[in-house]
Amino acid sequence: MSRVPFYVLVGTLLAIGIVLTAFRYFHYDVPFTPGEQRQVWEVEAQINFDADNGPVRVDLALPANQPGFRLLTENTASSGYGLSYLREDNARHAQWAIRQANGPQQLYYSAQFLVTDGEEAFLAEPPPLQRDIAWARPYDTAAREVIDQAHARSADAFTFTRELIKAFTDQRQGENARLLLSQYERPVLLTRLLNQADVHARIVSGLTLEDGRRRQALTSWLQVFENDKWVLINPRTGEQGKPENLLLWEAKGNAVLEVQGGSDSRVSFSMLRHNEPASVAVRNQFADDTLLNFSIHSLPIEEQALFKTILLIPIGALVVVLLRVLVGLETSGTFMPVLIALAFIQTTLLTGLVGFLLVVAVGLVIRSYLSRLNLLLVARVSAVIITVIAIISVFSVMAYRFGLNAGLTITFFPMIILSWTIERMSILWEEEGPKEVLKQGFGSLLTAVLAYLAMNNPWVRHITFNFLGVQLILMAVILLLGNYTGYRLLELRRFQPLAKDD
Amino acid sequence: MWATPAKLQAKGIIGMNRRNIRYIGRYNDRRLYPLVDDKLQTKLLAKRYGITTPDLIGTVTTQFGVKHVAEMVEAYPGFVIKPAKGSGGKGILVVERQQDGGYIKPSGTRIERQDLERHVSNILSGLYSLGGSPDVALIESLIAFDEVFAAYTYEGVPDIRVIVFRGYPVMAMMRLSTAASDGKANLHQGAVGVGLDITTGTALRGVQFNRPRDDHPDTGHGLASLQVPGWDALLHLAASCYEMTGLGYLGTDMVLDRHHGPMLLELNARPGLAIQMANGEGLRRRLDLIEKQPEPRSVEARVAFAQQHFARQGELAATA
Repeated sequence: MSRVPFYVLVGTLLAIGIVLTAFRYFHYDVPFTPGEQRQVWEVEAQINFDADNGPVRVDLALPANQPGFRLLTENTASSGYGLSYLREDNARHAQWAIRQANGPQQLYYSAQFLVTDGEEAFLAEPPPLQRDIAWARPYDTAAREVIDQAHARSADAFTFTRELIKAFTDQRQGENARLLLSQYERPVLLTRLLNQADVHARIVSGLTLEDGRRRQALTSWLQVFENDKWVLINPRTGEQGKPENLLLWEAKGNAVLEVQGGSDSRVSFSMLRHNEPASVAVRNQFADDTLLNFSIHSLPIEEQALFKTILLIPIGALVVVLLRVLVGLETSGTFMPVLIALAFIQTTLLTGLVGFLLVVAVGLVIRSYLSRLNLLLVARVSAVIITVIAIISVFSVMAYRFGLNAGLTITFFPMIILSWTIERMSILWEEEGPKEVLKQGFGSLLTAVLAYLAMNNPWVRHITFNFLGVQLILMAVILLLGNYTGYRLLELRRFQPLAKDD
Repeated sequence: MWATPAKLQAKGIIGMNRRNIRYIGRYNDRRLYPLVDDKLQTKLLAKRYGITTPDLIGTVTTQFGVKHVAEMVEAYPGFVIKPAKGSGGKGILVVERQQDGGYIKPSGTRIERQDLERHVSNILSGLYSLGGSPDVALIESLIAFDEVFAAYTYEGVPDIRVIVFRGYPVMAMMRLSTAASDGKANLHQGAVGVGLDITTGTALRGVQFNRPRDDHPDTGHGLASLQVPGWDALLHLAASCYEMTGLGYLGTDMVLDRHHGPMLLELNARPGLAIQMANGEGLRRRLDLIEKQPEPRSVEARVAFAQQHFARQGELAATA
């Protein structure tokens, strides 16, 4: 009888659980503690234009998740406009449309970004080279000369780009550069030159984030590709690399704003930084539809709340397993304490304890009368259920009359479980005496309280809800505990007389 | 107050977890459990193997039949009603004699006919059975226990528990009911457990509430003089339960009847560990030795092996 398959199973569960947890932690940046603060940027784009008294269509490129920033939520405000989010070639944009509009128009788009510390560059598809670049008469020679010069002083696409930019910076501006700049805008000119030199490059738009800034404009950046890599280069200074506070708004080389049926359009940005508890930030994250991001957060809020409780039950089960296998505590009904603990979460501990003891005590008294009626078991337990409901109703009303609102939460107790507890305790009383009832009752309550403390711990709640991989780890631990052949804590006491040296 | 795990380990004490995984899980095929969990099946099986059990007066299988219980027991002065699938002695009702339409329990308490019927009805509803499944009530004739034990018991019938491992009787004890245990033979309720020497069937050691005891708390009779008559026959009976059930780790509960000799009361596929307390010895060494033995051996050979290897001297003070 080989135990190898067992350990393989446990090992696999542990490995998958840890990988899933690590993935959530590193890739989705979900913190391990609920109290951690995370920086969140609130960015608002304001679109202004004059409508030409006719149908209007407005397209605004939207930012996507990127290293350093993760999109949490987005909202728009645009009275009377129809809105849809579109996705083309992996680039998202918002499209507003209206049949009839006149005069100055204002549209708003706001988004929240979580600051993450993603260092690695994400993959981006290089844009196709523009082959048919035509230059007018004097410019073609100027361009060729500038390219040749930069080419001679460089080794690869990135150094070539830097050399090219240097050629256009103020002090060293040559005659050729001045000529070209008189005709073209700098970023456009640079991409043309790069493309002509067979370097894949495009202009992307970024927003420099600074707390409290308003009416900011996007800046243009050169995205230069070589092989599988790309870098961002500042077309004004030639500096390489993305500044930490740069949010790429549009990264496909498309237009940021397109307005049809309007004129004088412009988009400006305002931004605000604030700190949020990490758990809130996590909750706001958009759920990607990938399998690896298999997360409860992709469910509607209501179901999420339900799962928050369901995912705690394995913790309660673990407490029961620990107390029974390692400690050897006796309880009335194996998992009854977990259900009682779930009720305690709703009622708070003290109210719950008092309520539980009241209901069970009164139930036992009534049950002792029922036992004299000589009823069939199912009928008797059903009668006990109704009795329990009656007790709970009476206590609720009484508590309310006395102004004890906490007493109302007594309704959260699982009534059928309570009835079975009363039934079992009553049998125990008749057969083994009150001592055994107290012993098992105490064991059950202790287990319930410990399970409650474990399940109500904010850290445990945060971990179980945000890291589904933990469930697999719990499973592996419970399987391992099911394999434990050592002594239970209480056995050390039970067998103590045997351990004495003769 | 507390022992260290290392010390218990050194003494060969077996804990619940070890018992469950290492012995019950490994040697007791779950398929075979119904043979011992259902006392009716055990009884029928025992009959096939020529093992004596208390006489069956009848069974009650339907709530409709509950009304006929009184008629069934009319001819018998004393009887026992038990659930076929009960465990740990739960739901066993002993009636010593009948008196003016009522029933007298060993403690002298009188119960009425409707109490009797309610008890049977509860059994049928599954109140005492494992998992609460519907059950059958067995009515057996009362055991006329051997007079030699009269001085060692209070109200109840003293029974003998032998742990049989792979067919070898490994450890034995006698359970004596006391006033504290309310006539029940459960050690945790205050019955006296007396460890028995496997070789001779004499008392080794007595415990009540985990503390050593040299005499019976109610009768005051010294335990040192306790010896089970017909011990070899009893061991053979216990050992042959292995062939009967196929269960490798088995608790056999037996009684000595005045007329019929050793009788099988019930079998237990999950026997408790209190026997270690009564014997003042862990099971581990004995079980390890048995595990090293080759498989098929006759009942006689197994009993002889156990009697040869597990002999011990009593620790009791000889009080009269």
